[in-house]
Formats: sequence, C-alpha cells, structure tokens
Amino acid sequence: MMGAQTSAAPRRMTLNMGPQHPSTHGVLRLMVELDGETIMKADCEIGYLHTGIEKQCEQKTYQQAVTLTDRVDYLCPLSNNLCYCLAVERLLGLDLPPRAQWMRVMLSELTRLNSHLVWLGSHALDVGAMTVFLYCFREREDLLRIFEMFSGQRMMTSYFRIGGLALEPPRGWQAAVRKFIQAFPGHLDEYEDLLTHNPIWIRRTEGVGRASLEDMLDLGVTGPMLRAAGLAWDIRKAEPYSSYDKFDFEVPTRTAGDIYARYQVRLEEMRQSARIVNQALEGMPSGPYTADAPKVVLPDREKMKTQMEALIYHFKIVTEGFRVPAGEVYQVIESPRGEMGYYVVSDGSAKPYRVHIHGPSFGNVQALPIMVEGQIIADVVATLGSMDFVLGDVDR
Amino acid sequence: MLPDELRGFPVASSVDNWDPSVIVGGRFDRGELTLWVAPHKIVELCRFLKDQERFTRLSGVTAVDWFPADPRFEVVYHLHSLEANRRLRLKCRLGADPAEIDSVSGVWRSANWYEREVFDLFGVVFRGHPNLRRILLPDNWEGHPLRKDYPVHGYKYSYQDSGGG
Repeated sequence: MMGAQTSAAPRRMTLNMGPQHPSTHGVLRLMVELDGETIMKADCEIGYLHTGIEKQCEQKTYQQAVTLTDRVDYLCPLSNNLCYCLAVERLLGLDLPPRAQWMRVMLSELTRLNSHLVWLGSHALDVGAMTVFLYCFREREDLLRIFEMFSGQRMMTSYFRIGGLALEPPRGWQAAVRKFIQAFPGHLDEYEDLLTHNPIWIRRTEGVGRASLEDMLDLGVTGPMLRAAGLAWDIRKAEPYSSYDKFDFEVPTRTAGDIYARYQVRLEEMRQSARIVNQALEGMPSGPYTADAPKVVLPDREKMKTQMEALIYHFKIVTEGFRVPAGEVYQVIESPRGEMGYYVVSDGSAKPYRVHIHGPSFGNVQALPIMVEGQIIADVVATLGSMDFVLGDVDR
Repeated sequence: MLPDELRGFPVASSVDNWDPSVIVGGRFDRGELTLWVAPHKIVELCRFLKDQERFTRLSGVTAVDWFPADPRFEVVYHLHSLEANRRLRLKCRLGADPAEIDSVSGVWRSANWYEREVFDLFGVVFRGHPNLRRILLPDNWEGHPLRKDYPVHGYKYSYQDSGGG
C-alpha cells in the first residue's frame, strides 16, 4: 500500500493499492474508498503490463506469432499456444492426427496443474500459510522440468505449432509424466491436510468475496469462479476441442460462491486434470505428431536434406510463411482461468490481419469491485488471490 | 436483408422477423454465424437477443480496421448463449469520421471494459458509455495503436532518425 490520503468526507479514506505490491499478483492498481475498515467503493486500473501483443501479431507470419501467445498468460503458455493454433488451423481447414491432439490435451492439463499450483501457493501465502507455497512450487518445478523436456523451455514453451507439435515428443516422456502424475494425488492430499480443515484458512475464506451468479455472468466472469457459484459450464465439455470429448472427466461445482468454494473447485479440477493425464498416458495413439500438410508444417530434417520438394517447402515456409485463406474464426478454449478466446482474421496473406485475444482474466478482474465492496480491507487480498488472474492476460 | 442460405438458422430468422431492416448481411463460415447489422439499431438488437434469444453472455467486443477501405471499421460483438450452447457474431460497419456507435454497456455490464479497450486501441467512440476513458494505455497517449495507419514503433520514434544502431 503505497500511500493514503484523506478525502473530503470526514471518515472516508481513499487507499491506493499497487501497482507495485506483491499481493496484487502483478501490476494491478486498486483504489479503495474506506469507511473505517469497510470498503465502500473499489475501482481498479489496469494496463501497466500492456505490451501491444495484438499489434505485434500483425507484423509476424502466422507461425511466428505462436511465440507471442506464450507471453500473454505466462502461467499457462500452452493453453495460449493451443487456442491460437486451433484458430489458425480452423482457418486453414487442417485436421490433426490423433497423437498430436492427445499430446495437446495432456500438456494442456499439465499446464492447468502448473497454473493452479501457482494460484494455490500464492493465494495461501497471501492469507498467511507459507508452507503451502513451498509445497506447490516443489511440484511446479517438476512440471517445468517436464515442459523443458518436451520443448526445451521451462515457461515460454511454444510447443504447439500450427499443424501439430514443434518437436517429436522426447524419449522417455512417458516415464517422466507417469512418475509425476502417480505422485500428484498424494501431493494434493498434502495441500488439503494443510488447508481444507485449517480453521484460519476457513475463517479467512468462508463467506468472503461472494458475488451472485447473475452479476458475474453479466460482468464477464468465466471459469472456476462461475463453477464455484453453481454453474456447471466448462468449454471442454460444452464445445469440445482437440478431442477432449474422448476423455472421461467431471466438471466440479460448488454453490457457495465464496473463496472457499473456489478453492474446493480448483482442487477438484486438479484431481480431474490428473485423471485426464492418466487417460492420455494409457491411451496415447501412435502415429505422426504433425498434420500431413507440407505447405504448412516444416518437413522432417532428413527429408529436407535428401528431397528436392521438401527443401523447396522448407525454404518457402521459412522465408515467407504460408498463406491462410481469407476468413475469420473465434476459437474458445477452457483455460485454467476460464474462457480464453482468440479471434483471428485473415485477409488471405501470410500474416494475420488481426488477432484479438480475449483473456479470461480481463473479464474476471472487471468483477473485482462487486466482490470486495462491503467487505473489510483485509479481505481484499484474499479475494484477489481467489480470482487467480494474470496481469499479462489482462493487459496483453 | 437476410441472405437466403441463413434462413435455416433460428437466431437469424427470429432477428429478421423482429425487424427486417436490422440485418444488412450475413455469412455462415467455418461453423460460425456472422450477422452484419445496422449500427444505429445495435442496442435494441442486443437487448432483443439477450432477453428473447437468451444470449446472456457477451463474450467480447473488438474491432477490425480495414483501412483504407470505407467504411473503415468493423465493430465485432461475440455473443454466447449458455442455455442453447450457441455463439453468434454481430458486426457493424463504421466510417472513420466519426467512428461512433451506441454503447451496449446498458445491456451487458461486461461491455464496459470491452468497449473501453476498443476506444483505447481503435478510437471508436461509444455513445452513452458510462466511463469512456483509455484503459490499457496512459491517458495522455497519442493515437490509437491498432489502427492500420499507426506504425508499429509508434509515431514518436523513427529508426531512420536515430542514427542507426
């Protein structure tokens, strides 16, 4: 809390939180008007992390723009890769082989775990439970090693490319993922031991940060916060993409709509994600990991060195990219935070004419004032944590 | 006027029945339904769609700049009906001077920030918006970066003038 100033009304005080404040999870500025400790009015200001990603996308070829999508929501880069690639693949009319689709599902779910672990750790830390943070980041480290194994990068993976995956899945990936996912439910139990019946945690979270389902829908909230308020809406079920319809999982819901319910929903989601990863491990189809589209997908290295045709395609793709038929697509997926949408407009050239990124955090943060108004100041930090937004996703 | 091939879509035909003059064009492409609608009716249309067709969610508002074409801007609304599990895209064509359209923030409160973003990055003015200020860029920023005639390095910096390096 950087500074405080008194306002004209005698007992009212305006308090400025952020933009540089650890508990706002990035650079969010919050201005709250207080009467004593009660928040009368809250207002937030965003944009401190705006990097013009949508403008930059227009300067890149379609494939190059994948690397920009990593940087939007940096806690789930693979979800962003996936949403963008699916949009462009729909514009191109590409069908992906099952192995690529299943691999995408598995890694998206591991990304969801990664994102939820950061949420749980930092949220609990905000409310004063430091141990949980250390435990969550221990498991997150294992996940980042798995991502590094696949893509060569811990965070900015860019592993999903238009037309499939960037690289062949590495040797030994099954063992690494299996080791992690078999141990993971036990780790979840550990977190639950620390929090679920912890009286301090319950008193800080139960009945706090509530908003009605109608208000949240009207303000653009999506994802776990809606499910914690009783709406069983998950895009993986409602509008399945990348063969999610072949997986067996449940959409956890709660009805209380408070921070504790959000905590329960996300923890249950982690268990469901682990289920999906297990199914992907068991049933992973064999076959190619990229689509059969030589004008879009870079050729195999060996082919490029031995076949004239492959060399030409390689040269064309690298120097000028590939042309995408004119049209527009709004692709939505269920990111760890809610509805993520990529609106891609093509004018028939090799660069996207317009890429609009609808990040779930943008709508979620918009509902912040109604969740904190009428509460006490100490609950703001707990509420912020439970919303699980990423400022890169808000500001783009 | 509603194109004949879209008569099979219940949403399109019910909008057409509600007011035949509101639809100026439409397309069904790659599984997505798009309706071009008359800009001056956007608020009434959105209210109709929300109340009668149960499009309870506004998934987003954005714009596309077709510079130097005229009309230059397309404001794009992505609507979503949870009950019917259905999505709909509305588009309004707007000329550059002035690029103005009525705000739908009275229909869905979420439009408040979405429209502010379009105002900030494209310079489209939403009439009747409760708080039409820049949202992502600083208040004293010049220009609207997502316009096609806005250079990617901004107006103020030129790589030519900086003496290289």
